[in-house]
Amino acid sequence: MEQTTKNTIVSLKDIFVRFDGEVILNHINLDIHEKEFVTILGPSGCGKTTTLRIIGGFVEPESGDVIFDGKRINGTPPNKRNVNTVFQKYSLFPHLNVFDNVAFGLKLKKMPKDEIKKKVTKMLATVDLKGYEKRSVSKLSGGQQQRVAIARAIVCDPDIILLDEPLGALDLKLRKSMQLELKEIQQKTEKTFIYVTHDQEEALTMSDRVVVMNNGVIEQIGTPEDIYNEPVNAFVADFIGEANILNGTMIDDCRIQILGRELECVDKGFGKNTPVDVVIRPEDIEITAPENGQLVGTVEKLTFKGVHYEISVRCGKCEILIHSTKSAEIDSEIGMRVIPFNIQIMNKLLPFYDNVIEAEVTYSNEGENYFEFELECETIKVENKYFPQGARVKITLPPEALSLAGDGIGDLKDVYIESVVYKGEHNEIILESDERKWLMLSDTDEQVATYVPLAFDFSKAVFEVVGNAEEG
Amino acid sequence: MKSKKPSIPYIAWMVVFTMIPIFMIGYTAFTDKNGNFSLEPFSKAFFYTGVFMKSLWIALISTAICLVLAYPLAYIITKMKHSTQNTVIMLMMIPMWMNFLLRIYAWVTLLQDNGPIDMLLSMLGIHATYIGNTGAVVLGMVYEYLPFMVLPIYTVMCKIDGGLIEAAQDLGSNSFAVFKKVIFPLSIPGVISGITMVFVPSASTFLVSQYLGGTDDIMIGDIIDKIFWTDQNTGSAISLILMVFIFVFLIIMNFFGDEEAIA
Repeated sequence: MEQTTKNTIVSLKDIFVRFDGEVILNHINLDIHEKEFVTILGPSGCGKTTTLRIIGGFVEPESGDVIFDGKRINGTPPNKRNVNTVFQKYSLFPHLNVFDNVAFGLKLKKMPKDEIKKKVTKMLATVDLKGYEKRSVSKLSGGQQQRVAIARAIVCDPDIILLDEPLGALDLKLRKSMQLELKEIQQKTEKTFIYVTHDQEEALTMSDRVVVMNNGVIEQIGTPEDIYNEPVNAFVADFIGEANILNGTMIDDCRIQILGRELECVDKGFGKNTPVDVVIRPEDIEITAPENGQLVGTVEKLTFKGVHYEISVRCGKCEILIHSTKSAEIDSEIGMRVIPFNIQIMNKLLPFYDNVIEAEVTYSNEGENYFEFELECETIKVENKYFPQGARVKITLPPEALSLAGDGIGDLKDVYIESVVYKGEHNEIILESDERKWLMLSDTDEQVATYVPLAFDFSKAVFEVVGNAEEG
Repeated sequence: MKSKKPSIPYIAWMVVFTMIPIFMIGYTAFTDKNGNFSLEPFSKAFFYTGVFMKSLWIALISTAICLVLAYPLAYIITKMKHSTQNTVIMLMMIPMWMNFLLRIYAWVTLLQDNGPIDMLLSMLGIHATYIGNTGAVVLGMVYEYLPFMVLPIYTVMCKIDGGLIEAAQDLGSNSFAVFKKVIFPLSIPGVISGITMVFVPSASTFLVSQYLGGTDDIMIGDIIDKIFWTDQNTGSAISLILMVFIFVFLIIMNFFGDEEAIA
């Protein structure tokens, strides 16, 4: 498309940021083109605002380069960058009226007064605030304050405008109209907009390109259609829109097995008998008679949503969501069909399913039948199992052996919840401790980007002695 | 509808301890010793015009010095680490826990002839008298009231949203412009209340001038203190005039305050 002809205006190269020892951005790379509307999308705590603040000059990366128009601008203070920001809380100057707020940047550029007046008046007309010049900003509604903040940034004629969740404080209706207005302003002014949000719908509506972030890394960059139709992994699929995300096995090129059935798909190159994640959007499932269905299930729940019905179907142990204009009887059996093109195959988020620990027994007691080993500086005690001190043991913990310690005292403290993806049967939760990642199953919804204590249930584990430390 | 009942004790308090005394002062100021209507107390009060003017002048100078010292101090404190801020504010408050008179006595000791300051400066060959003049009175007042200037300015500066400073930088302000265009205008309310909190008590203070000042540094507070024992009517009249002056001053300050908020 035309993207190849577009010039890169700002690029982040191998950016690494850490606050108080906690990694916020983990070596990210991002190129932003001239005049495009880019949205950085991700859950709270994923590093999206930090990315924006790096471009704005409010955060200095620990390592990596910020290249602006071909020049490295690390260390350049915000006032020397031709970038303006629309802040999350608007940050309008309460001691200045609407006119003076918008004129703030121009006055600093020592522009002649009549020119400032002309520009500000024109800008206020663009954001639909004609005649508000003398109003106090504290007397404006949220939407009006928002538009003053946008006008204040754009009037300075920057190369890039950064928007940090600017619509977060507005009600739904106002937000929708502001989304369209923002897009319109961007097209009219031909500026590069970098927009940060956690609202996937907002991202899809406005952007030329969407950057999906999670836990300090960029998961996927692409057009809204790409991101929606071809998510690279279960996290992106889950975050953007509604999706049935299922565990499947790639039998061979174009052959996928899900829910015990073998279906045709269009993806290739995953190898043979590879475990994969499969995404099927609820609107891509067609309801048929049971005998014609590729999959068969029982209708459990039916909700009328206006445009379509939302139907929840139980298919074995799994729950499948369908959006269909056709209704179905509750408790009736239906068939479901999906065309191969609409089955999206993705690599698993983690290269493993069972969590394997290899550790040396640091202490053991044969009489009381327990042993201890060390993991990430914590001593972990395993009851009802004995191995002699010094033995190297391989412990295989299936995902169901992991749980979040309800008592607050887990085997590992402060484990980070990286992602929670519903797989029709359980939530698959990916956790990150100091040195590694873990896979856990849970029926409850956990809050992403929080820290929790993790407990192991060793009665579900498989142990294998792999050697003795003294032997070498 | 909000119930007015909870405010009754406060209203009663105000009536008994504020309204009635003011009324009594007013009544006394317009009567002679026999309780007849008279303007004599006021004509007597005008005898002290010179002292009055000097008091206001000293109060004004002290307030100005307090402001000049307090504003940068408050600004510097807001830039410190949070824990350091609390310590510094605490250090400023601690002397205020000491009795007011003791603090003045301390200054008398420091400033008197052959006192520590005199001794120290004598060694450098400087000989002077440091007590018994207007300068000493101003020094005592500044020492006394400086915290009342620092605290309101500091409080207002602390409340300035960091986002506004970032916004100003984002729009092209260097640190000087951030101060001039954002921090200073937004700190004006603190300055106004600081000026009020220093000027009003300075204008009516007493004892400071008696201990630190010379014979012609006597302030209107001292006059009221002395005269009230012998002539309540004139004392009341002077108090009333002082009240009017302070009232006018407060109105002017409020006017400035509003003006700044709009500009």
